Amino acid sequence: MVTLLHGAIIAPLAATHASWTDIGTFAVAAAIVLAGAIGVVIARNPVHAALMLVMTLFGVAVLFVLQRADFLAAVQVIVYAGAIVVLFLFVIMFLGVDKTESVKVEPLRGQRPLAAGLVALGLAGVLILGLVSHWTTGKASVAGAANGPGSNVFKLGRSVFTTYLFPFEVTSALLVIAVVGAVVLARRPPTTGSDGPDAIGASGAIDATGETVDAAGDISDPTTETIDEEVAP
Amino acid sequence: MTIAGAWYLGLAAVLFSIGALGLLIRRNVLVMFMCVELMLNAANLTFVTFARMMNDIGGQVLVFFVLVVAAAEVVVGLGIVVAIFRRRANATADDLHLMKG
Amino acid sequence: MAHLTYLIVLLPLVGFAVQVLLGRRLGDPQAGVVGTIFVAASFVVSVMVFFGLLHINAPVRSYTQTLWTFLPVGGLHVNAAFYVDPLSMTMVLFITGISTLIHLYSISYMKGDRDYPKFFLYMNLFVASMLILVLGSNMLMTFIGWEGVGACSYWLISFWFTRDSAASAGKKAFIYNRVGDVGFLLAMFLTFEKVGSLNYQTVFSHLSEIGPGNITAITLLLFLGAAGKSAQLPLFPWLADAMEGPTPVSALIHAATMVTAGVYLMCRVNPLLHASPDAAFTVAIIGAATAFVAATIACAQSDIKKVLAFSTVSQLGYMFLAVGTGAYEAAIFLMVAHAFFKGLLFLGAGSVIHGLHDEQDLKRMGNLRRYVKLTFWTFTVGWLAIAGVPPLSGFWAKGDVLDAAWARHPALWVVGIVTALLTAYYMSRLSGLAFFGKDRWNKAPIDPDDPGVHASGAITKPHESPWLMRIPLIVLAILAFFGGVLSFPWTTHYSLLKWVDPVFGANLYNAHESTRLQWELATTDAVIAVIGVVIALTLWSRRADRPQLEPTFLRRWWFIDALFDFLFSRSGARLAQFSATVVEDGIIDGAVNGVGTLVRRTGGVVRKAQSGYVRNYALAIVLGVVAVLAFMLSRLWW
Repeated sequence: MVTLLHGAIIAPLAATHASWTDIGTFAVAAAIVLAGAIGVVIARNPVHAALMLVMTLFGVAVLFVLQRADFLAAVQVIVYAGAIVVLFLFVIMFLGVDKTESVKVEPLRGQRPLAAGLVALGLAGVLILGLVSHWTTGKASVAGAANGPGSNVFKLGRSVFTTYLFPFEVTSALLVIAVVGAVVLARRPPTTGSDGPDAIGASGAIDATGETVDAAGDISDPTTETIDEEVAP
Repeated sequence: MTIAGAWYLGLAAVLFSIGALGLLIRRNVLVMFMCVELMLNAANLTFVTFARMMNDIGGQVLVFFVLVVAAAEVVVGLGIVVAIFRRRANATADDLHLMKG
Repeated sequence: MAHLTYLIVLLPLVGFAVQVLLGRRLGDPQAGVVGTIFVAASFVVSVMVFFGLLHINAPVRSYTQTLWTFLPVGGLHVNAAFYVDPLSMTMVLFITGISTLIHLYSISYMKGDRDYPKFFLYMNLFVASMLILVLGSNMLMTFIGWEGVGACSYWLISFWFTRDSAASAGKKAFIYNRVGDVGFLLAMFLTFEKVGSLNYQTVFSHLSEIGPGNITAITLLLFLGAAGKSAQLPLFPWLADAMEGPTPVSALIHAATMVTAGVYLMCRVNPLLHASPDAAFTVAIIGAATAFVAATIACAQSDIKKVLAFSTVSQLGYMFLAVGTGAYEAAIFLMVAHAFFKGLLFLGAGSVIHGLHDEQDLKRMGNLRRYVKLTFWTFTVGWLAIAGVPPLSGFWAKGDVLDAAWARHPALWVVGIVTALLTAYYMSRLSGLAFFGKDRWNKAPIDPDDPGVHASGAITKPHESPWLMRIPLIVLAILAFFGGVLSFPWTTHYSLLKWVDPVFGANLYNAHESTRLQWELATTDAVIAVIGVVIALTLWSRRADRPQLEPTFLRRWWFIDALFDFLFSRSGARLAQFSATVVEDGIIDGAVNGVGTLVRRTGGVVRKAQSGYVRNYALAIVLGVVAVLAFMLSRLWW
């Protein structure tokens, strides 16, 4: 066991001759990441949790920079922290779910101990595997060199727009679909006075035009009632 | 010269397990979603680490795509959350148990 | 002419088919006429085939007509084939002849019955089955006919099935027959295993290859079958109960034809009997014992038909005695003569019953000779014939049997002669009670607890039967009177039945008794018969009530029937009860239902894993991840 730890911690540090700047940056970024993660899990107020998430994302961005993935660090901050978390906050405010939930009580029997135990086991398993078995046995530089001279953006862009062009196009299509789906899901039926999740009735058929869904708006009313009953505990 | 990749991987593993724990424990739907984002970030970190260790830009390309897909997923997921929880503000994940056997 | 053999069997079958399809429409009496015509036609064809057989000039006259291959399976090759030889033709002639007479009689006897066409349907089928039985050239064909007559017997006995006793009697007959059939089946299996064929001629030619132990086994098993069918000890109670059927049925099936099937079978397999003296002696002993026991029982019965039934059992015992001593010709002579006079007696009894409006109790008859004259005279012929009074047929036939018994073993003869005395006694008792004495039929109604068959209410004056019923009586009386010509003992050339001898060849027992011994035995027979007749008439023509001469032991059939009821019926019913409740409800239903219950309970338990909560399901996913990691770790250390 002692030799394992020695091999894991001291030797790599001594072997790689990492500069103290790097080590320090890594340590701080790691601390930020972990603190944020734990904060997300523990925070009672969802808004606090969102802010903790932002902290984590920033820490991860720093780690990206440390690994010379500059473009991704920028994208991480802009897209993840800047757009996705904002979206989260939007919904939190919109739905008014900022009420705190009681984290003390757990209605499902045995969920907490089991969860803690299993997750700990899983983590232990992964770490042991990481310490003991061989990593990185695959072929190097399949898609192109990452380290070395040259701009990271250039290398990334070349790879995306040549080797991985098709996935890129598919992903853009996916984005369009996601947007359309979100619009349809979140609509309110304009005709009847009852606001209700007509989305459930409509989610089965995502029409490009909204007309048919409107005309079938009355269908949503009975479904509305039943969904209410179902949702009620 | 730089930190060994093993450290990053270990950090990513811990981040992932924290995210998993949060998903299992929290009842608020949005917080559960945020824990999913944590797990995705852990995966991203792993990919970038391997890109450096194997000198392969493919890892970063994959992170790029994961980011995009995560964004799309969040959009649609929150749309569904809005659709379901529009009426009741304090609904939790435990209130949807229609599939009970 | 012999090629027309198949017609003999086909005609009654066609009659059966016609009546199945059209019987109800034909009605009373056309259905009866149709049935009679088909059987009469079969008789005519039999006569033609008989002459055809006579033309064959060979030491052993025989002719095999193979129709088609019935059962070609592996090593077993069974043909649907008819074997015509003197033995089977003798049987065929008297079967078809007497069947015709009885069908004629039934046209009038069954008149007015609700199920008139059904009766003739069954009778025709019966005749066809009996003919298959006697004409079959292999054991399987015989067995098919065997089962057929058993089935028809069941149907005809329980013809008036709305009466509980009749329905039970039919079942009883069938079950007793079945017990015997087990013997027949086992004999067939053993024969096939040892010889490889069921054909009679093939089996007989391979006798030397089978060991004597096997031959004895086969013979005894066949005798078991014959005992079941011919009501020998101990399988005889069914015949008495079979009297529940209409009287023509009793006459045809239980006097003349079906019950003689056992005797025929034994005659057919005479080489086996010759090769196994032990089996033959066993047959003789059982035959003699049956004759004696049945005769004693007949002395104490009050129902006219039951007396005749036990008389049949007794005479069949005589026939088996003859078969067991090797005197096959005597057995066949007695069989034919018995068919004549027993058929006559039954038809006469039917006439009496008919005339007294369905009264069957002897104690309620009396002095009938004044009212039903023709019936009385024909009945007397039959009575004296069976008693063994010379010169009627019974004297000659029984004499032959007793001669052979004396030559085989004197003890058998003693039993035989005592039985002859008893035969004369009980038949005369019957006649005395029925035809002599004072009128008892017009007395007050009987005790309602009496289980016998009685007319309803007081009887008006007894009347004679219609002419259609009288004709068969007359014909049979003539045959019974002059039947002795079939085999006079002193003329070997002109004896009609001698044509049967070549079938038995060297197996036939030749007594070689001196003429003086023959005269002595014959005189003894005659004297005994006359003594029996005189004693009985003296005792019974005046008085009908002599309880000392009718002990319970005899009235209850030596308690044999009660013994069987106690041993088998009770325990059988209890076993059925046990099976129905414990085995069926408990074990079988329990197991089947148990499987269903088990599935349901398991499902109920497993169902709890579906809690409906997403977080529980996520936990399950994590569990799966941990399992995979554990597997990967385990691979490291192995």
